Amino acid sequence: MSTATQTIEQLASREYKYGFVTEVEQDSAPRGLNEDVIRLISSKKQEPAWLLDWRLKAYRTWLTMKEPTWGNVKYGPIDYQNIIYYSAPKKRPAVASLDEVDPEIRRTFEKLGIPLEEQKLLSGVAVDAVFDSVSVATTFKEKLAELGIIFCSFSDAVQNHPELVRRYLGTVVPYSDNFFATLNSAVFSDGSFAYVPKGVRCPMELSTYFRINARETGQFERTLIVADEGSSVSYLEGCTAPMRDENQLHAAVVELVALDNAAIKYSTVQNWYPGDREGKGGIYNFVTKRGKCLGVSSKITWTQVETGSAITWKYPGCVLIGDNSVGEFYSVATTNNWQQADTGTKMIHLGKNTKSTIVSKGISAGHGQNTYRGLVKIAKGARGARNYSQCDSLLIGDQCGAHTFPYLEIKNSTARVEHEASTSKIGEDQIFYCRQRGLSTEDAVNMIVSGFCKEVFRQLPMEFAVEAQKLLSVSLEGSVG
Amino acid sequence: MLKVMNLHAGVGGREILRGIDLSIEAGEVHAIMGPNGSGKSTLARVLAGHPEYQATEGAALFGGEDLFAMDPESRARAGVFMAFQYPVEIPGVHNAYFLKAALNAVRAHRGQEELDAVEFMALVRDRMKQLGIDESLLNRPVNEGFSGGEKKRNEIFQMAVLEPRLAILDETDSGLDIDALKIVAHGVNAMRRPDRAFLLVTHYQRLLNYVVPDVVHVLADGRIVRSGGKELALELEERGYGWLEAAAPTVVGG
Amino acid sequence: MAHALDAYLVEWERARPRWQRNGRSAIGRLRQEALQRFVSRGLPTTREEEWRFTSVAPIADCTFALAGPSAAEVSADDVASLRIAPAVELVFINGRHVPALSRMGSLPTGSHVENLANVLATGSHRIEPHLTRTPPAEQQPFVALNTAFLDDGAWIQVPAGAILEQPIHLLFLSTGGPDDRPLMSHPRILATLGENSQASVIETYAGTNAQYFTNVLTEIVVGDNAVLDHYTLQYDSPEAFHVGSIYVRTACSATYRSHSVSLGGALVRNDVTAVLNGEGAECTLNGLYAADTRRLVDNHTTIDHAQPHCGSREVYKGILADHARGVFNGKIIVRPDAQKTDAKQTNRALLLSEDAQINTKPQLEIFANDVKCTHGAAVGQLDEEALFYLRSRGLTDAEARRMLVHAFAADVLNRLPLEPVRIRAEERLQQQLARSLPAAA
Repeated sequence: MSTATQTIEQLASREYKYGFVTEVEQDSAPRGLNEDVIRLISSKKQEPAWLLDWRLKAYRTWLTMKEPTWGNVKYGPIDYQNIIYYSAPKKRPAVASLDEVDPEIRRTFEKLGIPLEEQKLLSGVAVDAVFDSVSVATTFKEKLAELGIIFCSFSDAVQNHPELVRRYLGTVVPYSDNFFATLNSAVFSDGSFAYVPKGVRCPMELSTYFRINARETGQFERTLIVADEGSSVSYLEGCTAPMRDENQLHAAVVELVALDNAAIKYSTVQNWYPGDREGKGGIYNFVTKRGKCLGVSSKITWTQVETGSAITWKYPGCVLIGDNSVGEFYSVATTNNWQQADTGTKMIHLGKNTKSTIVSKGISAGHGQNTYRGLVKIAKGARGARNYSQCDSLLIGDQCGAHTFPYLEIKNSTARVEHEASTSKIGEDQIFYCRQRGLSTEDAVNMIVSGFCKEVFRQLPMEFAVEAQKLLSVSLEGSVG
Repeated sequence: MLKVMNLHAGVGGREILRGIDLSIEAGEVHAIMGPNGSGKSTLARVLAGHPEYQATEGAALFGGEDLFAMDPESRARAGVFMAFQYPVEIPGVHNAYFLKAALNAVRAHRGQEELDAVEFMALVRDRMKQLGIDESLLNRPVNEGFSGGEKKRNEIFQMAVLEPRLAILDETDSGLDIDALKIVAHGVNAMRRPDRAFLLVTHYQRLLNYVVPDVVHVLADGRIVRSGGKELALELEERGYGWLEAAAPTVVGG
Repeated sequence: MAHALDAYLVEWERARPRWQRNGRSAIGRLRQEALQRFVSRGLPTTREEEWRFTSVAPIADCTFALAGPSAAEVSADDVASLRIAPAVELVFINGRHVPALSRMGSLPTGSHVENLANVLATGSHRIEPHLTRTPPAEQQPFVALNTAFLDDGAWIQVPAGAILEQPIHLLFLSTGGPDDRPLMSHPRILATLGENSQASVIETYAGTNAQYFTNVLTEIVVGDNAVLDHYTLQYDSPEAFHVGSIYVRTACSATYRSHSVSLGGALVRNDVTAVLNGEGAECTLNGLYAADTRRLVDNHTTIDHAQPHCGSREVYKGILADHARGVFNGKIIVRPDAQKTDAKQTNRALLLSEDAQINTKPQLEIFANDVKCTHGAAVGQLDEEALFYLRSRGLTDAEARRMLVHAFAADVLNRLPLEPVRIRAEERLQQQLARSLPAAA
């Protein structure tokens, strides 16, 4: 995988030599962060006064906060004054056709089953007039509009549906929540917004695929999804192709709100650029993802498949406020070579008879290290809370490691909390056993890995599940033998 | 069917087999006996293609083909089956799923159509009854939570389903109580056919009371020091291995 | 405490002349050394880790006597209700073998099932090499005490290749002593199974409603590829004291299955130590205990994986009512070379009353890196939801409770291979539970 991304890098620099045109927006803010920069961002986006106010409050709060430190995660100090907080989207260097893309890269794309059109986009192939991705997106948007579903960029939402944004923004992750969320609240650039009206079941997966312009991952992305009473929606983030980005620091915020009897499923499939073989140059990913089960019998499900490494600080969580609400977290995280992953979840039980389920699967290969941290908090008033947590680790080879840290804070005696953890290994013995029965090494590893992950894959929307399977297969290539 | 010629093999640079000559025809049951450390299991694993064992000299032909030129899965698809001495667990992968995948890999190699879940179940039901294997076992991960005896029976069950040409049983009778032994022996006997051969690696003579061999070889210090009919096994039972080990140096010479 | 030891010394001196008449001096020396060890070590106190939750003060506070030469009277019914047939049965009363009550059954040639006193008197050289092959154990005070009072018990030898169709049943009955002086017995059981052999050995302990002290030591060697099913059934009187130590060593590919049912005794301590000393051996420890009133049942198990590729499965379940106390300590040792070990330990306790107590401690000492060891412990009361469910289907509260407790115990009882043993255990459990569970309407 890193060979592929290294080649992209080489390709990118080669392009410039050939003198392809790259457009660069004239105005971008000067480096550094201060109130003027924030006012500039807000005015460029033509935001209403209340939003600028909110940003400034966040910024002032940020100035009083200290950057958190963690034992496990190693990264150099971030110079916050050395970042440009606003610049128009850069166009990638363009290539005339896929034939000019390195065959290695194309082979990876084929393996991952990425459709040809998407391959073009990812390689920076100039969009053909014939391929009208815009029209595809348009048809999709029409269908949604008929049902009253709003799905657009965050900036668009601020313009066209300000009352909705205002009502829910910051209600799940307040601007003072934590260092990175606060920074994000001050300087967020763009993101996704979705609103599903009462009683409507969104008929298709909302995917970032259809937001063509958002191919470039923003540094400070802000996403807000609201499911009104009795509605349901499934949202997909990310894609299986390696995400390469020059921006080292990502501080995103995702807020989900589910009202009475509503359900939101948020799925992420992410293949992070692992940096070079020694893990240098990887991405720092600090995301605050939280779902608020506000309504009675509401439900929020987080599912994620993550490979590669970023130094990740990311603990999707649910706050279970409504009685009988349900929070779920299904995750597969893999690490190979020298990668590190630190994943986990937070489930906070406040209402009565709330339920949370955590299924976390970590696969470590090579010298990879997988850490899982789970917090289950049951408040005093949370009568009849139930939690089931299952944390399984699969070790491939004997140089990797897995660590599990479950934290349980239980303040109500009627709570029922169950925790199971297991560790298993794929060793030479299992592989030889499978081979002696006629299965190839690759088949054996895939079979064991998908057997291990199937509980999580079952939760993913179908096409994602297939992609995720392939992604796992590719990311664990060469891990045995 | 199997012809082993002057096989020298070892593990981790240490030579264990020091020149094995062995010839097994289709329809025959051969038993390999010997004291601990004589190389019995090594022979089984080298023939099956275990990656840790290397053949340093000599050759083996399976159906006329060079066995050592094939990787383990190719040998399996060509019809070599080994019942492991210590079958491993494969967590998360159900017995049914695993066996169906293996069977279909073998069938594909033979140019036969692959079986779907329903056809597969119909095929295995009979075998399961024969071997006293409960159907619920199929839905459990391979060998997970199985007792030693259950693991051995599962090996024989797999053998019955995969229908190999050459079945190598590596100490399958170890750790079984008398009832389990009879079931396993029955399963093996039910599979004896003119076009199938068995190589039984065993330390104890007891199995051979139930699965009567055509030829018995005694392995000592990496060499076959004696071959004979089934009476040889009884002789070993009475006299132990000592007399053969003492004889070994002169038998081999040089 | 000193005065308690004195009583043992006195009894020992009284018995010595009889022993000297009936055995070789080598055995006499063995007893003497053991006695010295016992006296210098003393009875265990709760300051010792292995006895932290189990005070042997009730035993220390009593002075016991050895049974006299004439067999005490035991009713035919008492014996009949405990027999197992068909079996090779040796019956002991207060530690002494009673030939008239024993039944020889059928045994394959070369097998020996004999009472120990007879072996010691007629040819103890046969068994001397097998005695005290567990040196570290000799440090254990009750083991030393047993050796000091080495007298009777059983000697079982199964030759290579022999498959015993009938189980061997050792039935130990105890009664009150003359003048109401409580009696003690120290049975010693030695069993060796040759290569490829198979046998079942059952030890039953029961008594009349008296106070008595049984201190039994069982030493077992299971040869290559041999299979042993070993039952220890304790149906002692509610005032009795029982200390049982079992030491097992297995060879390659051997199978040892222990089934322990403990339903009697005021103070019970069982120590089971299994050393898996050959590749590919398998060990199963099943245990069920139930205590009520103010009784205490302590089970200490140790499974030592000394060789690679061995498997062990342990399931212990306890039912505690009234003010009863349970102690469970399960140790699993995996030595550095014991790769591919597969060990699983499960321990559950059901508390039927507010005052019942359990102390449990699983201990894993793992020195090899390619092993699979899992252990689980659970302590709880009857599930309210399950109770409600059964009652909503028409059962009374009492019936529902009985059913759930029965289901809890059935998990272990169903693992007992011999049906007559299982049925009897179930009946006795029901009888005991009837006292602690509310009566059915």
